[in-house]
Amino acid sequence: MIITKQKSLDEILGMMEGKKSVFIVGCGECATTCRTGGEKEAAEMSAKLIEKGKTVTGSVIITAPCLELDTRRVLRQNKDAIEKTEAILVLACGAGTQSVAEAAICNVYPGCDSLFLGNVFRHQHFYEKCSTCGECVIGYYGGICPVTRCSKSLLNGPCGGSMQGKCEVDNKKECAWIMIYERMKKTNSLDNLTKVFPAKNHSAGTSPGMVINAGIRG
Amino acid sequence: MNLFKEAFDKKDFVVTAEIPPPKGSNVIPSLEIAKKVLGKVDGVNVTDNQRGIMRMCPLAFSHLLKEMGHNPIMQVCTRDRNRLALQSDMLGASALGIENICIMTGDHPKLGNHPDAKPVFDLDSVQLTKAIKELKKGVNMAGKKLDGAPEFFIGGVINPFFEPVELELIKLRKKIAAGAEFFQTQPFFERESLDKFIEQVKGIDTKFLIGISPLKSVKMIDFMNEKVLNKKIPDAIKKRIEASENQTEEGIKIAAEFIRAIRGLVKGIHIMPIGIESYLPHMLEEAGL
Repeated sequence: MIITKQKSLDEILGMMEGKKSVFIVGCGECATTCRTGGEKEAAEMSAKLIEKGKTVTGSVIITAPCLELDTRRVLRQNKDAIEKTEAILVLACGAGTQSVAEAAICNVYPGCDSLFLGNVFRHQHFYEKCSTCGECVIGYYGGICPVTRCSKSLLNGPCGGSMQGKCEVDNKKECAWIMIYERMKKTNSLDNLTKVFPAKNHSAGTSPGMVINAGIRG
Repeated sequence: MNLFKEAFDKKDFVVTAEIPPPKGSNVIPSLEIAKKVLGKVDGVNVTDNQRGIMRMCPLAFSHLLKEMGHNPIMQVCTRDRNRLALQSDMLGASALGIENICIMTGDHPKLGNHPDAKPVFDLDSVQLTKAIKELKKGVNMAGKKLDGAPEFFIGGVINPFFEPVELELIKLRKKIAAGAEFFQTQPFFERESLDKFIEQVKGIDTKFLIGISPLKSVKMIDFMNEKVLNKKIPDAIKKRIEASENQTEEGIKIAAEFIRAIRGLVKGIHIMPIGIESYLPHMLEEAGL
């Protein structure tokens, strides 16, 4: 899922300066799980905006705002409230926010920062393990992605900067290379680490991504 | 004729030292230090925005050292430039007469003074080593033939204190396979660790220059122990510096004693006088170099 964190109220108010009325859109999937854009957070945001003098014309939680046609349908259903508003604040990831922006004609603002594609370990514990680089290499590294989990995306071994097994960038994070080494040692596959891996093909993950699977019918 | 490369064959004890480029456009103080050690060291490492702190580019500063008569060892890290820029700099370095390159990953920008910078790391140190080896053969990373191939003596770095050491040694062997011909190590402060390292790399066919850093103060020891080193600086050293009247002077004395002690045991040393570059001539003298 996409892990988000809510922007500060100051930043939100700064972005929406001059806009008096706001309609709030939340997300029923990822942002609900992250507690950044579910029913509860939308209601709390509404109260905060009212306290700061805004008029909240309404709110809706779209099951998955990243589904563009569904988003258009839900916004059409809320046409009356949206027509009266100067701004829409979206409590979802950047994908959901843009989906709303493309479906609406008023100004649309993100209420969250999108952090990463995350795994959920347990309640409110999110970890980035894949950065959708376009060319999966984890098969060579014991099932652990060095592109994402090494802060320098190194493909041929550790940078040497880790301290007590922790990453030099953040001592709360494990050094991915030590994890890869331990894992491959356990599976007697350390030999695979001795070969020189070529430079990564970054063209495989060029933004913006686009995939159209012609011929596949729902 | 590459005099630094030749030193490995001609001399018993190879000495390199690090002189970082200035944190501004004024090159005079750094060049004055360089002038004082001319003829006393076999190569001068020119750092590449070390620890992510922005300085003059090593390409320009290496050129100035070359003009002075030094054998610059231009450090290149993979943090700030992609494969186009790195290869392009190599051709530029060759044009300016720079013959020695030392490759490393580089500290993450988050640790430096521009923490908001985009970390590049398009290549890792092994891949860059290989790319430069290919440039030497006259081919770039796109497989295109170059109009004129550069000549470089390629080096790398190793952290002997990395745990698990087997993983570090796997990477060392990869660097050698990719084209690295010499290595400069993280600093050693005592004999026991050095003996252990010599044992660990026995049979690996390459050249090592053992890292030496004078400890200028107790404050520096505490910082190194906490933030930089996997193996702590021995307490005895800290106590000796603490008890001395002039901590920097004592630190230099200790480093010089260590150099004298390991001479004959290793092929050479690489001095990193972190923050006290101006003491470099004095330190060389103390060490009898």
